Amino acid sequence: MPIRHSACSPISSTSSPATADADRLVDNLPPVDADSTDPTALTDDSGEVAAQLPVAPTFGPDNAEPDVVIALEDVVAVLGNFPALAGVSLTVQRGEIVLLKGPNGAGKTTLLRLCAGLLPVERGAASILGFDLVTQRQLVRPHVGLLGHQNGLYLDLSVRENVEFWGRTVGASAQEIASAMSRMGVAERLADVPVRKLSAGQKRRTSLACLVARRAQVWLLDEPHAGLDAAGRDELDATLGQAARSGATILVASHELERAGGLATRSVEVVAGQVVTDTNEPRGSE
Amino acid sequence: MNTVAVARLIAAKDLRVERRSKIVTNQVLPFAGITMVSFAFALDKQNVLDTVAPGLVWLATMFSLLIIVQRTFAIETDDGALDAMRVAGVDPRAIFMGKAMALGVQLLVLEAMLFGAAVIFYGESIPSEHAVASVVLLVTTMLSATCGLAAVGTLYGGLAAGFKGSETLLPLLTLPAVAPVLIGATKAVESAVGTSGAVVSEGWQWVGLLTVFAVAAVVGGALAFGPLIDD
Repeated sequence: MPIRHSACSPISSTSSPATADADRLVDNLPPVDADSTDPTALTDDSGEVAAQLPVAPTFGPDNAEPDVVIALEDVVAVLGNFPALAGVSLTVQRGEIVLLKGPNGAGKTTLLRLCAGLLPVERGAASILGFDLVTQRQLVRPHVGLLGHQNGLYLDLSVRENVEFWGRTVGASAQEIASAMSRMGVAERLADVPVRKLSAGQKRRTSLACLVARRAQVWLLDEPHAGLDAAGRDELDATLGQAARSGATILVASHELERAGGLATRSVEVVAGQVVTDTNEPRGSE
Repeated sequence: MNTVAVARLIAAKDLRVERRSKIVTNQVLPFAGITMVSFAFALDKQNVLDTVAPGLVWLATMFSLLIIVQRTFAIETDDGALDAMRVAGVDPRAIFMGKAMALGVQLLVLEAMLFGAAVIFYGESIPSEHAVASVVLLVTTMLSATCGLAAVGTLYGGLAAGFKGSETLLPLLTLPAVAPVLIGATKAVESAVGTSGAVVSEGWQWVGLLTVFAVAAVVGGALAFGPLIDD
């Protein structure tokens, strides 16, 4: 698989195709029905189940190969002196939900951090949304969202203040911020509650609202179901499924194969820093 | 958004968190006050206190600075917000400037309280014959010293936040680095209040030192902060 190396100029936060796609992504996400137990039951403001949403168009700073969002070829990444990724090759298309599975220490989290632009590529070729991870690692960051074991929230601030803060760092309007909160089901009774007082699931939803508000197009999720009860997991799955249908690309690292496998459109097994199996699996809920 | 706008956003967020948590008002200010009272008990001679009061004020400021810096980065690391800012591609210079601005505001409040405490506990006063010049020197000293302290505190706070044992690492890194501020600010304030016959005009050279230090710390900090907090 050839790796696309972008020859574009640095993007601006207001005019790039990537940002335009992100705006559309935010607008297209319907709200989560917090009371629903059906992972795919997403409703609009009137309570009706939302129709299949249009897929956001072209990603990336150029349009040469728009559907390939993540392209890694023989990538090596080192933690200290240890090669945590030892020649990973992986291609992910726009709108896919890819489950990364594998034993502890296999390199799943490292792979997510590499895709987020947090780790340098020691060897090989890698691009995210058309940005070369070798030379443009900083530029890819505004377009990806990494949700790890922590939520990246300010515990003394309210839900609204957190989403506003993260949205405004990328110049999101008040309407976009309100829309993101509404679509993640944290707009009304939770809006003014300090994050410290939220349940684990509510914190996750707030964190996802922050990702939407700051227009992340690639969602990198590390054990997203950890600490959530059944209802919280359903809400999370509903959110991710709808985000993918709206054009977001999602990588999920998880040990909960039954849960995450039902959500994923594809499953990739990582062992000892390498992709050992890569299978397309039917969506479990469909 | 441009760097300055994001910096203001981060500063406003930090001050809002402080207003909610009241850590500085309920814990740091009382700590600084107790430190001042303890110095008074320990020295217990008015002529000694008259001589050393400016230095004690800045020493108490340094100790309190360490607590405020640890707090300001604890709010970033409690739930991984500093990592989230890196992933979000927030300009590290904006993070540095925003956190330094919020820290500076908190330090100014602290210093005002400590000078008030020096008046009450140590009997310090502004010489009436040069009151205006003394107040101008005092305020300028506070502003320039605060800029330097906030910049150094933010830089090393960000560095220490990524390490285990940051509580002990921060004082080791910060206190030697702010020694020029301790010396310069103490000398300038001695001139402002006329300690041991010092006159106001002697204080401005120390303000010059503080200003150079502040500029170097702000510029150096803004440049170094990104690589320091990055992998």
